[in-house]
Amino acid sequence: MEIAQIAIIASKEFRDRIRNRWVLAVALVFSAFALVIAYFGAAQQGSVGFHAIDVTIASLVSLVIYLIPLIALILGFDAIVGERERGSLDLLLSMPITRLELLLGKYFGLAAALAFSTVTGFGLAAIALSPQLDLNALIHYAGFMLSSVLLGCAFLSLAVMLSVFATDRTRASGLAIAMWFFFVLVFDLLLLGALVVTGGQWGGEILPYLLLANPADVFRILNIFTLDDVRSLYGLTTVFPPALANPWLLGLVMLAWIAAPLGIATWRFRK
Amino acid sequence: MADISPMQTEMDTGTAVIVARGVRKHYGPIHAVDGVDLDIRAGELFGLIGHNGAGKSTLFKMMLGLIPATAGEIRIDGARVGGGNFRAVRRAIGYLPENVVLYDNLTGLETLHFFARLKGVSPAECGPALERVGLAPSAKRRVREYSKGMRQRLGFAQALLGKPRILFLDEPTSGLDPEAIRSFYAVLRQLRSEGVTMVITSHILAEIQERVDRLAIMTAGKIQATGTVQALREQMDLPLWFTVHVAREDFEAVRAALGHLPVGAIDAHDDHVTVQCRREIKMAVIEALATLNGRVRDVSVREPSLEDVFFGFSD
Repeated sequence: MEIAQIAIIASKEFRDRIRNRWVLAVALVFSAFALVIAYFGAAQQGSVGFHAIDVTIASLVSLVIYLIPLIALILGFDAIVGERERGSLDLLLSMPITRLELLLGKYFGLAAALAFSTVTGFGLAAIALSPQLDLNALIHYAGFMLSSVLLGCAFLSLAVMLSVFATDRTRASGLAIAMWFFFVLVFDLLLLGALVVTGGQWGGEILPYLLLANPADVFRILNIFTLDDVRSLYGLTTVFPPALANPWLLGLVMLAWIAAPLGIATWRFRK
Repeated sequence: MADISPMQTEMDTGTAVIVARGVRKHYGPIHAVDGVDLDIRAGELFGLIGHNGAGKSTLFKMMLGLIPATAGEIRIDGARVGGGNFRAVRRAIGYLPENVVLYDNLTGLETLHFFARLKGVSPAECGPALERVGLAPSAKRRVREYSKGMRQRLGFAQALLGKPRILFLDEPTSGLDPEAIRSFYAVLRQLRSEGVTMVITSHILAEIQERVDRLAIMTAGKIQATGTVQALREQMDLPLWFTVHVAREDFEAVRAALGHLPVGAIDAHDDHVTVQCRREIKMAVIEALATLNGRVRDVSVREPSLEDVFFGFSD
């Protein structure tokens, strides 16, 4: 494997997103949401203004869990199928580059664009809030940003996998939307439904493990469990065993969610 | 022409740069390529012609390693296509696909820079490559503003990056105007003089018949014949066409002069007659016409075109 070939593809993908202002648009969206939530998140309770980073992060988690998977899926669903459908894939593959290098280059370039816009967007909000944040709050916020990047990378990996399997862009976009619905909206409802239907007889013990089967849930747990105030607010301490709540372990699970779809995509793309 | 067997494939692989042996590509019951043996020699301009769906593009893609063969083997410069050391060979290959799709958001120069980096070629080569295909004035325009012909030329410039020793050109003149086609073949002539091996597909047979060194006729996934255009003409034994310009009142004299020769039907037109004959009696026909003593105003002899040869093999 030649790293230089991966870097060439990745830098092109990244520069394309910079050039077409995709990165700027996403960063601005993240900044605006972060500032609005930080200042107006407690408006329903009758107060306006920044209160505490834990509450802000908890609100942002609820937003990010919808937004970042969607953005990542939109970003990556046509990474390969788009090249194939346009007819540029053959030319690319006739170059001295392997399929693995092409796939990884695409992935890393798109991941860099997503990570850059996420860090820039939330980072700008952090700069605006910094006079009111102590070091501990900044560390928490940085953890939130990092986990947001990981969440984006996991869904981007799923999107790239779809783009390898799909036969055309239309199908790939349909599959991406279906995937978003499943992981973000349906998955938790299914688990809850199973719990309710069986009167809590089924799933109680394996529920925490099943939550790891969804990167969106891993992201939620990763953030909520690092915030003491919010953990009790969510009542998660009673559901999730502390042994599984280790941020490093959850971080590894997230990395597995990045690696596994990419591995499957590579296997399929090489066939 | 079912009785015409394929020409013996040259087995002198000593100078062959591209060697295909028993290559097949099956998609379920469809045999897109069905047992192809081919040798393409170093420095030659080799044409691959056939109907749509004959298997040319599939064979092309297998030669480039874009799709794997179901059976058989292709070697380029001695390296097995798709094998571990094929990356090095790829650096010596230029490819112009049939439908050149480049990146609309990049300029012509940026496009070449991107491909140059992938090929490990100095970006300094990009300017001269654009110059060579006549796109230097448009180097800084975005590809989305390029016409189809300009995109084709940019694709050709991309294929020329890195001074490739082997060029694969799939329908390279599609979308080019006559002047650009002439410039394109001028570049090919120059490349041939530099020893570059080129494989070209085209459905414009008249365009390539005088330009290729050898060609292969492909139908239904098989190579029907391989050789020079002249060798294929001779193998097909297609008739020559004489057009004899004479006054209408001399038509019968022409018939009489040729009456003793085994020529085909003599057709009368307004101011000329046409006659078909076999190659071996060509001189006898000329001598017979010479006996008409000045009544013949002009004679032209047309060799069977590549199109005639192609249909002879493919029908």
